[in-house]
Amino acid sequence: MEAVIKTDKLTKRFGDFIATNNITFEVYAGEIFGFLGANGAGKTTAMRMLTGLSTPSSGSATVAGFDVYRETERIKKNIGYMSQKFSLYEDLTVMENIRFFGGIYGLSDKAIKEKSDMLVEQLGLASEKKKLVGALPLGWKQKLSFSVAVLHDPKIVFLDEPTGGVDPLTRRQFWDLIYAATSRGVTVFVTTHYMDEAEYCNRISIMVDGSIKALDTPYNLKREFGVGSMDEVFYKLAREARRSAD
Amino acid sequence: MRQFLTFIKKEFSHVLRDRKTLLILFGLPVVQIIIFGFALSNEVKNAKIVVVDYAKDDVSRQIMNKIEASRYFELEKRSLAHHEVEAGFKEGQIKLAVVFPANFGADLLHFNRAQLQVIADASDPNLANTLTNYLSTIVMDYQLALNENQAVPLQIGTEVRMLYNPQLKGAHNFVPGVMALVLMLVCVMMTSISIVREKELGTMEILLVSPFKPVLVILSKAVPYLILSLVNVASILLLSVFVLDLPVKGSVLLLFAESTLFIITSLSLGLLISVRAQTQQTAMLISMMGMLLPTLLFSGFMFPIENMPKVLQYISNAVPAKWYYIIVKSIMIKGLSLSAIWKETLILFGITMFFLMVSLKNFKIRLA
Repeated sequence: MEAVIKTDKLTKRFGDFIATNNITFEVYAGEIFGFLGANGAGKTTAMRMLTGLSTPSSGSATVAGFDVYRETERIKKNIGYMSQKFSLYEDLTVMENIRFFGGIYGLSDKAIKEKSDMLVEQLGLASEKKKLVGALPLGWKQKLSFSVAVLHDPKIVFLDEPTGGVDPLTRRQFWDLIYAATSRGVTVFVTTHYMDEAEYCNRISIMVDGSIKALDTPYNLKREFGVGSMDEVFYKLAREARRSAD
Repeated sequence: MRQFLTFIKKEFSHVLRDRKTLLILFGLPVVQIIIFGFALSNEVKNAKIVVVDYAKDDVSRQIMNKIEASRYFELEKRSLAHHEVEAGFKEGQIKLAVVFPANFGADLLHFNRAQLQVIADASDPNLANTLTNYLSTIVMDYQLALNENQAVPLQIGTEVRMLYNPQLKGAHNFVPGVMALVLMLVCVMMTSISIVREKELGTMEILLVSPFKPVLVILSKAVPYLILSLVNVASILLLSVFVLDLPVKGSVLLLFAESTLFIITSLSLGLLISVRAQTQQTAMLISMMGMLLPTLLFSGFMFPIENMPKVLQYISNAVPAKWYYIIVKSIMIKGLSLSAIWKETLILFGITMFFLMVSLKNFKIRLA
């Protein structure tokens, strides 16, 4: 299988503090890769290095075949990103947001038009497209946010706790969108706190105190730890953490 | 380039959609001009004065008539005895007394020079200063008129010269000051808030992960405020010409060029603040405290810098508004050209470069 993300002993230090310690893993094309860990385990730091927001202290990594030290600009063209915070402009309308983000990714007017029509249709937002985003319910905002993150057909999309604060039904719909994206060939790299969501991933890694303590399919992990749910796997590993959550 | 335009369009939507911002942006200069131009004007009208006339001759009478005719003074009493003047001051009824000594007119005609005494109530030093200045101007005028038909010039001893602002119009000093203040406030506050808002909302992260260059993020934030600030400069100038009757004596083009330089200074300061501040409130507080106070104190438009202790005078040199104020005053009121203000322009340019470098460098560090 082709690896679209490869890291080798990737490390980030902030002074004496080692946020991520020698993490090595591969993410394969087209899969949903769950990146789990307690608060403060180093997930966000790892993600920031992979998205080019932060330079690693040591180790190496490639994303979509490009080096994270030297080719961040090319990486940026090939990835989508959705952050923990809701990150569309609330004082712009649905269409204006789509047009803006399509615009800064360099899509042509024609492509933006086509894609936004399709997207609005798909999300059932047709009657809301001229409304300010701030007026939409949180669930809609998250779904719109995700759709905007994959608007430019990236190879990989990074989702940083995308479903925080969203009700179970909307979360389920959100995952439908994720599956739809993978069927188009997008690789999904997702962090989450919800263990039911971990079950939806093809493979997951669990970070504890800056290191990857487990990496496999949910099925194999449950078997390895001899437990019935991902919840228990996570609990067994996270209990050993020395770092206090932030 | 197309990405850049998309971004600028979005910035304009933000500004135009936010009524409060719009109000600050365009209301502020109008309110400031009106407050400073009229309410806070140090122009004095109808100040009560008394004249003690020991001379009682033609010259003293003519000067008295001129004083009475001016709209600055209201002649309360004539021919008071000298000791009654003090009583008038103590009651606070009169602000100024003019004493013509005996033989005033005779001295002037025979010796070609005469002295008159002006006594002011200096409990309000600014007012006293303004009034004595008005009075000396009136006397000077009279003397000029007198000398037109004289072979040997006659001199009346009040030696105050008032360059550039013979009527001591309040607006003369205020308009350049208000321009510096408004630009400083609008640019610094608006840019820092708009950048910090993106950080607060989390959209900054999205922008930084996108292929859009971080420098362009900054530039596209700056462009709309540069344009809006130039609109502000234009509206202040229009107000000053048509409402305050204060024409621009020098080149309007030069004035706009210098204003652009100062706007860039302010924008880079706003950027510097936005790099440091994490919330919009912090950004606003720093802009208000860090920019408004020094601008008010050290630009020289409210408090004369020459009267400050040496240390503060040195500090004032680092305040960009001081140099901009000098430049605008020179162009608007004195009608000077670039050759007269190249030094100030160069200093302002240097300060701008410094802030721009520091803030761009800091912005990069945050990305690492």
